[in-house]
Amino acid sequence: MNDMRIVERLVETQGNKISARAVQVHYGTSHAIKDVDVDILDKTVTAFIGPSGCGKSTFLRCLNRMNDTIAACKVTGKITLDGEDIYDARVDPVQLRAKVGMVFQKPNPFPKSIYDNVAYGPKIHGLTRSKAELDEIVESCLRKAALWNEVKDRLTAPGTGLSGGQQQRLCIARAIATSPEVLLMDEPCSALDPIATAQVEELIDELRDQFSVVIVTHSMQQAARVSQRTAFFHLGNLVEYGETGQIFTNPRDPRTESYISGRIG
Amino acid sequence: MTDTPKSGSIFTQTGLMAKRNASEKRFRFYGLVAVVASLMMLAFILFTIFSAGLSSFRQTTVTFSLELTEAKLDPKGGRDPAKLAKVTTVGYNKLIGTGFAAAIKEHGIEIEGLTDKDAAGFLSDEAAANLRDRVLADPTLIGQTVEINALVMGRIDGFMKGRVTAESAANDSNISAEQLALAKALDDKGLLHLSFNPAFITGTDASDTRPEAAGLGVAILGSAYMMLLVIVLALPVGVAASIYLEEFAPKNKLTDLIEVNISNLAAVPSIVFGILGLAIFINFAGLPQSSSLVGALVLSLMTLPTIIIATRASLKAVPPSIRDAALGVGASKMQTTFHHVLPLAIPGILTGAIIGLARALGETAPLLLIGMVAFVREYPGAPPAGFSDPASALPVQIYQWTQRSDPAFVERASGAIIVLLVFLLVMNTTAILLRRRFERRW
Ligand SMILES: Nc1ncnc2c1ncn2[C@@H]1O[C@H](COP(=O)(O)OP(=O)(O)OP(=O)(O)O)[C@@H](O)[C@H]1O
Ligand SMILES: [Mg+2]
Repeated sequence: MNDMRIVERLVETQGNKISARAVQVHYGTSHAIKDVDVDILDKTVTAFIGPSGCGKSTFLRCLNRMNDTIAACKVTGKITLDGEDIYDARVDPVQLRAKVGMVFQKPNPFPKSIYDNVAYGPKIHGLTRSKAELDEIVESCLRKAALWNEVKDRLTAPGTGLSGGQQQRLCIARAIATSPEVLLMDEPCSALDPIATAQVEELIDELRDQFSVVIVTHSMQQAARVSQRTAFFHLGNLVEYGETGQIFTNPRDPRTESYISGRIG
Repeated sequence: MTDTPKSGSIFTQTGLMAKRNASEKRFRFYGLVAVVASLMMLAFILFTIFSAGLSSFRQTTVTFSLELTEAKLDPKGGRDPAKLAKVTTVGYNKLIGTGFAAAIKEHGIEIEGLTDKDAAGFLSDEAAANLRDRVLADPTLIGQTVEINALVMGRIDGFMKGRVTAESAANDSNISAEQLALAKALDDKGLLHLSFNPAFITGTDASDTRPEAAGLGVAILGSAYMMLLVIVLALPVGVAASIYLEEFAPKNKLTDLIEVNISNLAAVPSIVFGILGLAIFINFAGLPQSSSLVGALVLSLMTLPTIIIATRASLKAVPPSIRDAALGVGASKMQTTFHHVLPLAIPGILTGAIIGLARALGETAPLLLIGMVAFVREYPGAPPAGFSDPASALPVQIYQWTQRSDPAFVERASGAIIVLLVFLLVMNTTAILLRRRFERRW
């Protein structure tokens, strides 16, 4: 776990999946995100790091318009997905969220069976034609989320009856079941033990072949291990954004430097 | 604080701890006292009602044989139903009167000073009506000698139940000492029976002078019709309105205003809803008076705010993380609401609906205003046409019976209250069972 090796993966010159320009977020009078510009690359894992309350979750929620549900929240600026403005009046946020999946900071399984939790997304999006296909999706997603072995005998048990870490993995399985193009993960490993963490990180690495993944994490090691690009947020500002290797070995901004070194010790 | 050591043994309580424990103990005691006090009141109410009302489920009848003389009932012969129906209860009354007098003699009962009028008055007028119904249903009985269980008049019934005594009868012009003596004699011979009386539940209301024949059938049917209609009208509308207001409507001045108004409506006295119903449904829309349809419409209006408030509260109590989760996997607002939020809210909605319905079931004032207080002797027809027939309702029936002069109606009213309580109990139990079922689903 203390392996501080920075993954030297080839970051191919991917196209931009999501671009954010001059994004501002206000909660009523408080200014949570200040003028953020970010390009999230396709088939890349991007890590958001930063101290608590700096706006990582808030910015993440802008990317699939989950902030629409908060009445006090006002988002300005421009965010595009594959070149299309996601805040355009013609965009149906429901359709957007099918493309941009999300794992929330707090595990929030539906109070339904484990099976239904995973099967719900594919069902409402009409991704399967038969029960057998659905079973297959449920199993493969639970396997990917490193949960299958623990729950395969009790798929009908309520998802809320699982432990915190299991619930978190169930939420991951649920999010990947709809095969999104972008997966937003808000501290997906905060409740997991090292083994499950390693499995989830493996999953994230796997997902990179097909999706673009954005992961918020408080673990510098994790950011270093799984991501190719890292963004450092501080007090609502995007302080520094670049290749993970460069951010961790050679940060340009003193704030990044002190945050990383402070945390790593 | 000065004399408590900073780190003492955990076996000895600190002063502050003792104080906290004492206040907790006090609080528990107050709670216990409150619970016991309310239980005692409940027990007292139930005891009063049951001791006064249980006897109404039993009724005194006198058993004797009488000949259904063909010359009186079907003088021309032929058993033509139209002709048989021409003989009114007055005819049957005479028949029963003579039959009863003969039976008294036959059993060797001799009461000094017992007049024919006394003997005839011993029986309820309802006895003749019952016999007539029996004969019309089965004309082959004519000419035979049949055994009948004739209802006795209310005062005699009261005597059998201990309500009427020789002293109270002495001041009562409706019963003579001879009649009481006759009752005693008949009882000694085993001819008077106090037995279960299904007519109290199924029968129709009877006039002021015939408490022994008064039944709850029309009122029960009317109340059942109204509850059915209230469920059908108020529950879907109330739940739909709450879902719209809570999940879909924008939060602005207008919806705030609506919210305040709904809360106010829930506190409006029910009689106001009665006036509203009278003005709108009867005077404006021209719907039939005294019908269960109009009653149900008024009660629905009255119940709606309760259902809306309860439903909104239980929708609000669903954790927002569930909505996030559903929206996050790409469910639409509607799917989120109906697949995830509503199922979680159903137990609360059911509780609110039952509270509303229970209030509607026991409501009297608005029904008085729309004419449901009329004396109804005809059962309302089968639904849906029967919804517009005149009907009574349980609480109104209770109110009416308590207004009547004959003390036998006190017993009837208490009996009706028992029936009303049973109705409520059944409704609440159903709600609890349903709630369990829905809670177990996840
Ligand atoms: N629903 C909300 N209403 C009002 N203010 C909010 C809301 N959610 C977040 N904020 C504010 O926005 C700021 C950023 O919050 P955010 O949740 O994005 O932080 P974070 O970086 O995810 O922190 P953490 O690492 O602790 O999860 C905080 O100051 C917070 O108080
Ligand atoms: Mg956060």
